Order: sequence, then C-alpha cells, then structure tokens
Amino acid sequence: MNSMTGDLLETVVKIAFVIGLNLGFFAPMLGWVERKQSAVMQDRIGANRAGVFGFTFIGLLHSAADAIKLIFKEDFIPRGADRMMHTLAPVIAVVPALAAFAVIPFGGKFELAGHNVNLVIADLDVGLLFVFAIASIATYGAVIAGWASNNNWSMLGGLRSAAQMFSYEVTMGLTIIGLVMYYQSLSLVVIAEKQVDFWHWGIIYQWPAFILFLTCAIAENKRIPFDVPEAESELVAGYFTEYSGMKFIMFWTAEFIEVVTISALCVTMFFGAYHLPFISPDMLVSIFGGGDFGAIVAMLIGIGVFVAKICALIFLQMAIRWTLPRFRYDQVMALGWKIILPASLIWIFLTGLAILLGLMPTV
Amino acid sequence: MSDNKHNSDFHKLHHTELLTLNMGPSHPATHGTVKFLITLDGETIEHLDVEVGYLHRGFEKECENQNWNGVFPYTDRLDYTASALNNVGYALAVEKLIGIETPDRCAYIRTIVSELGRMSGHYTNLAAGALELGALTAFIYFVEARELLWDVIESVCGARLTHNYVKIGGVFSDLPPTFEGDIKRVFARNRELWDEFAKLLLRNRIFVDRMRDIAPISPEDAKAWGFTGPCLRAAGVPYDVRRAQPYLKYDKLDFEIPIGETGDNYDRFMMRMEELNQSMRIVEQCIEQMEPGPVNVNDPQWRQPAKDNIYTDMESMIFHFKNAINGVQVPKGEVYFPIEGANGELGFYLVSNGGGKPVKCRVRPPCFQLTSAVSFLVEGAMLADLIPTFDMINLIGGECDR
Repeated sequence: MNSMTGDLLETVVKIAFVIGLNLGFFAPMLGWVERKQSAVMQDRIGANRAGVFGFTFIGLLHSAADAIKLIFKEDFIPRGADRMMHTLAPVIAVVPALAAFAVIPFGGKFELAGHNVNLVIADLDVGLLFVFAIASIATYGAVIAGWASNNNWSMLGGLRSAAQMFSYEVTMGLTIIGLVMYYQSLSLVVIAEKQVDFWHWGIIYQWPAFILFLTCAIAENKRIPFDVPEAESELVAGYFTEYSGMKFIMFWTAEFIEVVTISALCVTMFFGAYHLPFISPDMLVSIFGGGDFGAIVAMLIGIGVFVAKICALIFLQMAIRWTLPRFRYDQVMALGWKIILPASLIWIFLTGLAILLGLMPTV
Repeated sequence: MSDNKHNSDFHKLHHTELLTLNMGPSHPATHGTVKFLITLDGETIEHLDVEVGYLHRGFEKECENQNWNGVFPYTDRLDYTASALNNVGYALAVEKLIGIETPDRCAYIRTIVSELGRMSGHYTNLAAGALELGALTAFIYFVEARELLWDVIESVCGARLTHNYVKIGGVFSDLPPTFEGDIKRVFARNRELWDEFAKLLLRNRIFVDRMRDIAPISPEDAKAWGFTGPCLRAAGVPYDVRRAQPYLKYDKLDFEIPIGETGDNYDRFMMRMEELNQSMRIVEQCIEQMEPGPVNVNDPQWRQPAKDNIYTDMESMIFHFKNAINGVQVPKGEVYFPIEGANGELGFYLVSNGGGKPVKCRVRPPCFQLTSAVSFLVEGAMLADLIPTFDMINLIGGECDR
C-alpha cells in the first residue's frame, strides 16, 4: 500500500513537473525567444515595452501581458459555426502536444532512498509508436477548427492541414525506422540509455535520419516554411482565422509545445538524451560522493542537460522559421511524397545493409 | 468555360462544387485595398475578377479645384511609395504646357529625387514580395534600406513619405550640404543590404520555386494589356520612357535597362532588383556631373520669387501676390507628358483654359493596366500563386484608384 502511494505520488510529481516545464516555462519563454531571436536576426530591438514599475526584464514580461490580454478578450464564435466543435478544437490541439511528453525520459534512472526513480512518466516499450499515435490526434485539432468555423478561409486551411499532416505522418514514421534498427528498440527510455557512450549518439550514424525527421516534424508542426495551413498572406490565418482570446492562445501554445516536443524527441533520439558526452550518470553520482546526495545532484544535472539541449534545438528551429519563405501547398506535398519518403526508404535500406555487413554495429 | 467544367462528368460523379471566395478588400495580401472575386476549384483558380476603386478619393476632380501649384501635395498621394516621381511627372507636364525649361542643377536634382523615389518604391515592393512569401527577415532588411533612404530624403525636403518637393519651375530648395556624404554612406549600407537580401532569397530553392514560371506573360500579351515598366521589361520588351523619350538629364547618364526573358514573377522580381543598382548608379553620376547654380527658373511669373526680390523688385512683388491669389496663369492648351514611374509609364494629361487652375488633370497610372491583367495571369494557377503575382504587379491603391 505504502509503495503504491509512493509510486502514485512520484508519478503525480513527474506529471506536474513536465506540465509545469511546458506550460510554465517553455510556452511563455518561446513567445519571448521567438520575438527576441527574430529581432536579433533582423537587426531590431524586439519587444521591450511591457513592464512592472518600469522594469521590463528584457521583454520577458510580454508573454505574461499577452496571456492577460488574451484571457480578457471576447471569446467569439461566428454565426453558423458548430459551437461544440469550435470549442473542442483548440483542446484537441493542445492536449496531444503535452501527452507526447509522457514517454520522453528527461533525466535517467536513479536509486533514491532505496527507491528506484525513473525520470519518465510512462516507461512504454513502444514509446515511439505512442508519440506518433498521439501526434496524429493533434491533426484533428486543426481539421476540426477549420471545419467548425464556418469560414471559407478556415475550411481551406483545415483541408490543407489535413492533407499535409496526414502525408507527413506517414513519412515521419519511416524516417526513424533506421534509428530503430540501429538501437533495436522502440522504447525511448532504452534508446536514451544506450546513448550513454558518446559514440552511440544517434546523430553519429543516423544523421540523415535526423535531417529527414526534423524536416517532417517541422512540417507536422505547421511552421514556416511549412505553414501553408495558416499562411497569413493567403488564408488570413487559415484554420484559426475565427478564433480569439483563450482559444487562440491555445493554438499558439500547442504550436510552441510541439516545438519543444520535437526538440525533446530529437534530443532523445539523436543527441544523447540527458547524457553529458563521455560522462555517464553513474560517474556523476560517484563524483558527487555517491548516496542520495550524489543521486540528486546527478539527477538535476541530467535534467539540466536535457533542457539545455532542448533549448539549443529550439534555437535551430527558430532560425529556420525566421530564414525561409513559405512553400506552396502542392510543393509541400511533392516534397513529402517525392523526396522525403523515397529518401527515408533508401536510408532504411542503407542502414539495413550497413548493419548486415557489420559497418554499423547495433547497440 | 468554368460552367462547362463545372458540369463535367468528373464534378457530377464526385459531387464537387466550385467555391466562390471574396478575397479582400481587407485581406492581408490585398494591400492598397482591392477585392478579388475568386472561383476556386479546389486550390486552382477557375476565374478571378479584380474589383478596384476602394481607395478612390477623387484626385482628378480635386485637382480641378486647386491652383496649379496646389496640386503637388495631391500627386504625392498617388504612388505613395515613390512620391517624388509623381511630383516630377506633374511638374514636367505643367512646364511643357507653359514652355519653360528649368536650370541644369534643377534638372539634376529632379533626376536624383526621381531615382530615390524609384528606389524607395522598389524597396517597398520587393520587401513586401518577400514578406508575403513568409520571409519576414528579408522584408526587414529592405525596410531598413528604405528607412535609410528616407532619412536622406527627409534631409532634402523635410518629409519622409509625401515629399511635395518639386514645384513648377524649380524645386522647393537646394540640396543640403550634407547630401553628398549622406548618399555615399547610405548607398554603401544599402548595397550591403542588397547583397544580404539577394543571399536570403535568390538562391533559395523555396523562393525560386514559388516565383519562377509563375504567371508568365509573352511580350505580345504584355504589350496588348498595356504593360509598362518593370513588368513589361520582364517580358523582354526593352521599353523604358527614360530611354525612349529622354527627359530631365537621362540622355547624359550612363545606365542600363535590364531585360527579362519569360515575364514570370521571378523576372519581374529581378528587374526591380537590378533597377535598384542602376538607380544608385544614376544618382552617383548626377552628383558627379552636377554643378552649383540656381535651382529655380529666374522668372517670377512661374516660380515663387526669392524673398529678397519680393522687397526690391516690382515684378517679383506683383507675382508674389498674383500667384498666391490666382495661381500660376498657365497658357491655354493641353499636354500629355509621360515619365518612367516606379511601376511603369506615369503620364499626366493636363488641360488649361488659361486660368489659375487645371481644367482637367488626368493621370495614366501604370498599375491600372497591370492590375487589369491579374485575372489573365493567374487563371489556372493555384491560390497561393496569386499572392506573389499580385505583389509583383504591384498595385498601389493610391495610384490605381486615385
């Protein structure tokens, strides 16, 4: 009984940590990063007005100001819209983005006071499949939003997002088959553990998979250059044209969290998860004197490393978003089906061949 | 034709319908306020109607109630991205009607401000073109270039957007002493920005795919639709008013007229990119060739006399009052004078009955003819192609609707 309560408590703490990290830290920070990084890239100053008693904290308070403003805005539902679906759509968009985090390990396994602590909410054997399954649900958010708004622009955006996201889902799954073959596991926890040796980081043998996966993931997330479903110069705002206030901010939050999720997945699969290069968690525990104290310090370092790596990949995604122009709708589809899909199939073949010939030893 | 297709077996079998969409007048892509009535088959444009006139302010009628010099502020608001060109065009038309020629230095200054105006128009257009394809960073680069240019223009005439700098028989004032240094500094920076902008876009596969072979037009079609300016030259027709009928000092300057091949959006984009370089060359040559001297016609009947003369010279005193109360008395007659605007041939057709006000002031806006061809260009293309095409056509509401 006691141990069950303990397990429950542990899971609740982990869920609270992940949700807090995403909604409390990453989502508002990304609003700031998006503004400031674009400003740096464009020789501008960027947001620096919102402040408390004259202290602006280099524009950090703008996210809070945005949130407050949008919460107090009118929640507008257009005439003829399906009220229930219109309300449901942003929820469907935001929840899967968070849920995907359940299987991503964020700090490794430690023994704490005789209790095994595994820093992942759900240690699933098929973690990667779970991520893709959950990601497919997010598609419905955009599609339903487009359909339920009773607006032609929204409908076009919804149709575009349906076609785009379904196509890229198929491709995204195939891009990392090579990686799965290399690690011989679908579990993100196992994949993360196997990268304790720097030379087993996914990026070293599987860098083509990384490029293909990141491309597909950005397309799934509908950000520039793949933002045809919202394409503000063509479709006004695409599927969320008719959204305002909190529902609007939920779509944005979903997008930002997906940026984090993509980064977290890339870190877990390609960049050594929560590991420092050449230093294993066990070494960290012993460096800091072993025992509970060593475990806690090593755990915190692991989480810190994980978050730092995520931040680096977020910067990469932001740089892509602020550099490239937008594809045309049919070009996005052509890229997905005619280039990335064959390329990932070729990469699966090459990985298989390399493993068979012993050129790429599996771990 | 669209009806036939709509009733075809395919559409019956699949129960599909054409979608009618109102794009604008308040749509992010329809800057300058214009409306497209689009019939869509999926994402393909079956039919498109352009509805202009949302920015009609009665420019031509208003001019009939102003004296000849009072028209200048209104011309500023035609192509507001290149307002100096409108000033120059109108002034040259009036001067042709009167039959006066401005001093050398004045002609050079007008050439300089024309080219600065053309550059600011092209910067705006190219930046907006990048913006609408989602390349916000490239947009900001050219906005910076335009701001720097406007700083110089501000030092010349005190205004950034609507200059009201050129007057009948001269210009508002001589160039400031800092002008030459400012131009040198700003052009150096603008050339850097040009390079950065070009690096971001011109070899970017996404951008090239979005622009190349989209909405091409043949030289014959372009001429038939009344194209002028960069859009006509992109189709391969080497017509530039500055060459065909040189005015101001263009016959003494060494510059090239870029010519395109296919008349697609990419060529239209590249025409403007290259014209930026040529405009800089023209300005630099003008500064080199220019000599100190008067900037106004020395005749109080046409140009507001200097303050000293008003107190010492009888004629000046008389016309100081006469021109302020009755306006410049332009002789009876009619005139059409074209100049090369940022978008193409900008013509002023003026009629005078000998009074202080124009009886008729008709503008040939280059982008009206261009806009009329939008439906011809994009029918059969995709909805997303309309945006770069419309941007490269560069409808300026103020000029088109007047």
